[in-house]
Amino acid sequence: MKRGTGRVAVFIVVLGSLWGLWEGYRSLWSHQGWTWPFVVDNTTMPHIYDIFAALGRPSQTGGPLLGSLLWHSALFTAKEAAVGFALGAVVGFALGVLLAHSKLAQRGLLPYVVASQTVPILAIAPIVVIYLGSLQVTAWVSVAVIAAYLTFFPVTISTLRGLTSADRRALELMRSYATGPWQILWKLRVPSALPYIFTALKVSATASVVGAIIGEAPSSIQNGLGGEIVVFNQYYTLDPTKLWATNIVAAVLGITFFLVVVVAEKLVVRRAPEHVA
Amino acid sequence: MSVVDISGVSKTFSGGTNALQSIDLTIEPGEFVSLIGPSGCGKSTLLRIMGDLIEPSAGAVVVNGKPARRARIDRDYGIVFQDPVLYDWRTVSKNIALPLELAGWDRKRRAARIREMLDLVELDGFANHHPWQLSGGMQQRVSIARALSFDPALLLMDEPFGALDEMTRERLNNQLLEIWTRSGSTVVFVTHSIAEAVFLSTRVVVMSPRPGRISSVLPIDLPQPRTAATREEPRFFELVTKVRDDLHLGADFDRQPERSSPEEARL
Repeated sequence: MKRGTGRVAVFIVVLGSLWGLWEGYRSLWSHQGWTWPFVVDNTTMPHIYDIFAALGRPSQTGGPLLGSLLWHSALFTAKEAAVGFALGAVVGFALGVLLAHSKLAQRGLLPYVVASQTVPILAIAPIVVIYLGSLQVTAWVSVAVIAAYLTFFPVTISTLRGLTSADRRALELMRSYATGPWQILWKLRVPSALPYIFTALKVSATASVVGAIIGEAPSSIQNGLGGEIVVFNQYYTLDPTKLWATNIVAAVLGITFFLVVVVAEKLVVRRAPEHVA
Repeated sequence: MSVVDISGVSKTFSGGTNALQSIDLTIEPGEFVSLIGPSGCGKSTLLRIMGDLIEPSAGAVVVNGKPARRARIDRDYGIVFQDPVLYDWRTVSKNIALPLELAGWDRKRRAARIREMLDLVELDGFANHHPWQLSGGMQQRVSIARALSFDPALLLMDEPFGALDEMTRERLNNQLLEIWTRSGSTVVFVTHSIAEAVFLSTRVVVMSPRPGRISSVLPIDLPQPRTAATREEPRFFELVTKVRDDLHLGADFDRQPERSSPEEARL
């Protein structure tokens, strides 16, 4: 209880400091008239209270409140990201298991797994959309696949590393019980790999949100955060607070995904305190 | 029928190290046999060969009347390493249950056996603790319980108390003898400590290095059951001296003039 209060206090202090830094920088630069590295005004650095106030104003004349609009967009993007994350985690894990069990597969496939991540997502996204679109797949599923594309890689690499991290003597013990490879996988290798896998899932959780937002543009999806970002980007000079507000909502969504993984890790990984990453 | 029958076993590792040379050893049911010798004499290698964890380069190992591989597949032995090798993510109960799960025991039978084992190693109150919450000695007791849980005919122990302090080690020695008496299994025990070997064993196999071979086999005629008082009997010291002499005989060529060895320091 006391620790919980402490954490909340730290959170508030840090948030408050960031707020103060932003507004302090803003007021100092505009009073001094400094223009380096950029001119500070309501367009480049809107007041934080303006950004939050924007959430309570209509997004356009006669339209719904920006807050409500972004809430629904965030839910839509969350659905894409969650499905993509789950898909990427499963594929990534399965690929890691395959690579860990076959040196041949590792030598043959790993370079392409790595290469897949060097291709910019912006180049992959339209191809995925066009290909899946020709198969009559709903647009948001294409976005989920794009999110999965960003998700699977850290999971594969960490699963591979984690599965091979099992203690040599623990493996010897399993051999003494004449245990088959399948049981060794589930009773020893996977539990040993879990801390590694969860570290990767934390990276992937936020990456899947980014993937979903980026994937919305080439899929011409209007009702997600990616769609809003494209629109508010065009009107930035007119009203920068809308784009900033959207960014904050996107960040909160990413943090939420991250926290879900953290909580899941707490529930799943039972490990000596010094081993917990 | 002997529990272990080793004939003409040699082991040369791929690097060319001649770890064992022409080992012959027969172990009868109910025996407690210690393998003792300096580092590099191949005692742990010999134990692993008995368990089919490594294969001999030559010779044959018969366990319970069948080849070592068959015996391993039939789960005829339990093994305890120097480190407890407990799974951090499993509680004490679940660690003990591991070999039972792998052998396909149902939940009810497992639970009954876990209770028995916890009682045997005197860890009744710790069923739901995780390994990291236990002391080193307690962890090693869990490891022994796990090795004995499925009633193996043979218990292989590779310096199980080597990492523990002297007081804990002596207490666990006493407990191990009680467990051995109650379970009736055959034990092969690898150790560096002369006192430990003499106190525990019905026979001590003294080994010497380069290449690893058996230099002598000493029957230990101390009366059973052995207690803390056994360590103070004149016969105990006689046997300790005898084992020590045999050890030095085997390692004569690299003995230091001042005759100080870790074994002596320990006594």
